[in-house]
Formats: sequence, C-alpha cells, structure tokens
Amino acid sequence: MDALKFLDPTIQFVLFSAVKILIAFGVVMTFVAYAVLVERKVSAWIQDRVGPNRATPFFARYIPILGPALVRLGLFQPMADGLKFLLKEDFTPAHARAIYFWLAPAISVIPALMTIAVIPFGSTLGNPDNPMVIADLNVGILYTFGIVSLGVYGIVLAGYASNSKFPFLGGIRSSAQMISYEIAMGMSVISVFMVVGDLNLSRVVAYQETSVFQWMIWKQPVAFVVFLIAAFAETNRLPFDLPESESELVGGYHTEYSSMKFALFFLGEYAAMIGASAMMVTLFLGGWALPWGGGPATGILGGLAHILCFIVKMGALLLLFIWTRWMLPRFRYDQLMTLGWNRFIPIALANILATALVLAFTTR
Amino acid sequence: MTKVVERKPLSALERTYLPSVVSGLQVTWKHFKKTLLEGKPVTMEYPEERWVVPDGYRGAPYLVKDQDNNTKCVSCQLCEFVCPPKAIKITPPGPDGQKADRTNAEKMPEDFEINMLRCIFCGFCQEVCPEEAIFLQRDYSLTGGSREEMVYHKDKLLQLGGVHAGAQKWKHKLEEAKEQEEFPVAKI
Repeated sequence: MDALKFLDPTIQFVLFSAVKILIAFGVVMTFVAYAVLVERKVSAWIQDRVGPNRATPFFARYIPILGPALVRLGLFQPMADGLKFLLKEDFTPAHARAIYFWLAPAISVIPALMTIAVIPFGSTLGNPDNPMVIADLNVGILYTFGIVSLGVYGIVLAGYASNSKFPFLGGIRSSAQMISYEIAMGMSVISVFMVVGDLNLSRVVAYQETSVFQWMIWKQPVAFVVFLIAAFAETNRLPFDLPESESELVGGYHTEYSSMKFALFFLGEYAAMIGASAMMVTLFLGGWALPWGGGPATGILGGLAHILCFIVKMGALLLLFIWTRWMLPRFRYDQLMTLGWNRFIPIALANILATALVLAFTTR
Repeated sequence: MTKVVERKPLSALERTYLPSVVSGLQVTWKHFKKTLLEGKPVTMEYPEERWVVPDGYRGAPYLVKDQDNNTKCVSCQLCEFVCPPKAIKITPPGPDGQKADRTNAEKMPEDFEINMLRCIFCGFCQEVCPEEAIFLQRDYSLTGGSREEMVYHKDKLLQLGGVHAGAQKWKHKLEEAKEQEEFPVAKI
C-alpha cells in the first residue's frame, strides 16, 4: 500500500476505483447467482418441496463430510445453470427485429448493475481518503433514479423487438407500471433527504451511523413502506410481476428469448433486486453501520465488519423479496395502477408535507 | 333452492391489503418451518425412494408358471388377436415342435414376444387368456437401451412373471377326473 502513495493522485484514484469496481462487480454477480439459488430453495421449502439438490461437480466427492451436504443444499447448482445458459442455442426468431432484439437484454442489465456504483457498501479499509463506494456522487440519489428508470427501456424494447403478442403486452404493462411507481418511489425518498439535508448517500449513512435508533426506518416508516412496495414494482417482483406474469403472458417480455440473452434478463432482474435492496439498506437501514453505532472503521478488520454488516442487511431484504413472492397473488392491472396513483403518490406527498411541518417546527 | 352467497364489501382495513399480507406471512412461514425444520417435504425423491405399488396394479404383462414350474401358456394366440396395439407376437411350435412341459396341454409357444414400447397395459391379454397364463404385474418403469431390448421374449417374460400363486385350473380338473374314475359305484 505504501508504494502506491508515491503515485500521482489521479492514477491512485483510477487504480482504487478499478479495483473497487472489479470486486463490487464480482460480488454482485456471485450474489445474483446465489440469489437465484436461494430463491429456488426458499420457494421449495415454502411449497413443501426439496429444491435443487442434484448438481454434483466432479470435485464434490473430494470434499470430506461437507461434500454431500453441499450437494443437498444445491450449492453447485448456479455453476451448472451458468454453464447451461452458455451452451444453449441462441435463437433469434425470424419475425423479431434483430438489432433491437439483441440490444434489449444489454439495456436491461446494464442500468441494474450501474446503480451499485453510488452505494456506500462499507466505510473504509483503514485509509480515510478511500471510502468504500465506487462513486461518491453529491447527487447520488438523482443518479440512481436516472439510471433505474433506464431499466424499463430494456423491457419495453424487448417487448417491441420480439414482435409477438405476449412480449408486447408485457412491454406495455412494464412501461405503465414502472413509470407510475417511479414517481411514488422518488417522492418517498424526498422526505428522507429533507431529514438528512443532503443528497449524497455517504452523508445519509453518516447521519444514521451513530446507533440503531438513528436509522431512517424509525424516522420515516411511511417512506420506507412506500419505497419498499415501489421497489417490488420497479424490480418486477411478485405481487407486481405483471410484465413477466408467467401464467398469463408466458414469460411476458422475455417469451421469445433464449440462452444467454434470456440469462441477461434474468441476471438484470436479480441485479435490480440487489440494487434495490442495497438502496433500501443505505437509505433506511443505516447502510454499513453496525447496530450499536461507531463511526467509520479505522482498521481493515473494522472495515470488513462494516461490509459484512451491509451484506447481511441486504441479504435480509433479498429474503423478504423472495418470501413475499409466495405470499400474495399477482395484482390485476387496474388494481396496480390504482395502488400506485391513488394511494402511494398521495401518501408519499402527505409524508413530505408532514416531514416538512415537523422539521419547520423542530429546527429553528 | 338457490343459495345466495353474501358478498360483504371489504372493510377499510381489508382494503389496505394488510390482513391478507399478514395471513400470507403466517401460511408461508408455517410451511417453510415445517419443511425446513421438521424435514417433511412432500417430494418423493424418485430413484432413491419409490412408492408402494398397490395390489391389483396393472403394470407390465408377464407370463407366469404354475406351481410345478411349467409353462402355463398353450400358444392359443387369443391374446395376440385381442391385443389393441398389436404388441404381442407368438411363434407357435408347429406340428413337429416341442411338446408342452406339462400334462393336459398339447403345446407351448416356441417364442412369446411382448413389445413393451407398444404395450398399453390395458389388461385385455390377461382377461382373454383361458389358461390364466399372463398377468399384468407390478412393474411400471421399463427401460432399455434400444428398441430390440424393449421386446421381451419368452424366457425373460417367464422369468419376470414368476410362479402364479392362484388356482391351477387343469390340475384341479385332472384330480376331478381321477376321482371320477375311482368313484365307488354301488354294485347291484
């Protein structure tokens, strides 16, 4: 580390950022793969099934004792799935509009991954000049909303490019749904930033880091609920998975997709889930802060503990996403719209007003 | 009489979806706990665990032997005629062929083939057989590496079928006949 200090600050910054991007990307990808496994396992347990328990790579039997248990848990399933997606035939239907058809998966996956950039996933690893966030933007949340709303274009484009009925309906639903919930989502966080007084996400975490009672979820419970439900809608998760709805639209926007292109949509969906969970952790659950408080870490161990804390909180929210999937049936299209426009937007607005009034009377 | 189901309008609480969310949580949690902690999934992991085949199950048809280990089939070919998918093919012994290995039978088949790929497990062969020589048994999962392998021949069918535990029709008749011969008739 000392050798690096003689380098030009710009080069240092680029180097550190590149390392952080690579590690964050790798971790997110691993998380996506294992989120799929957790989803399948938890779904299985909720439905009294066993779930994937057969994928056995050749080296599994060299792992003593633990090997069979890991196979039973399906720990090698993501590898097998990834390999399967790579080897499957990549089919482009003749009636599809080829360029958009190829473009859509990329457009849906890239924004989902880009949201991770502004999220402070840890304090520091000893060096206070090098915070554990890829881009410490002053307008972090605006960036997130700008990028997240691009995600819908991938889905709409997929629906349009597939040139058949089910994907088209999926695309239409997706555009209406995601746009209307984006508004509720954006409004719900305004009150959070009114309390904090800053748009920078690192500052939001700094506000919450002193103790568990400083977490925004206690100060802005309404905003949290609205944001949570809007996040379900934004990430196309049940009960708001109308663009996808396997049972009525045969997979919706990705009906015509196969192989790696389908895998990209899949990956994008889970990456969006992870992004939304990370955002919720940052905004409402104290980010990387340990429940008993304590400021930014001074050593590497403390820094790793903060990162682990962040990941645990995120994992808990991901579990909530997965659990909810089996709890509620899918909303009807008009119910979804009513919920978005007639309930959540007014609630979020009222919340902003109430927050403003409280702030006006308490901070003088 | 028509029964009118009363449909109450949802209360304000119900319209927030909260009660259904809570009850959904309870139901899913109950199942999650049951499966994960008590280890009671409904799944039967097939190759390792198998279901118990009930009595009277109509699986694959096999030929059976009688208690003396003799072939019961007399090569009458009724099953071949009745078989809807034409899965059965019998090669009769012909005039100079092998004799039956039991009494009270003129002949037994030289070969008896059932194509298990064609067989629909309907049980007509069992029903039509006058000798009670073919029965639908418990096997339901027949596999093979080739089409030829899935055509079961006489030896294999007899071996798989085993010994028929039921009544031996002709042995019974024979005993009856013997009794007739030795019937003590009153001398006049």
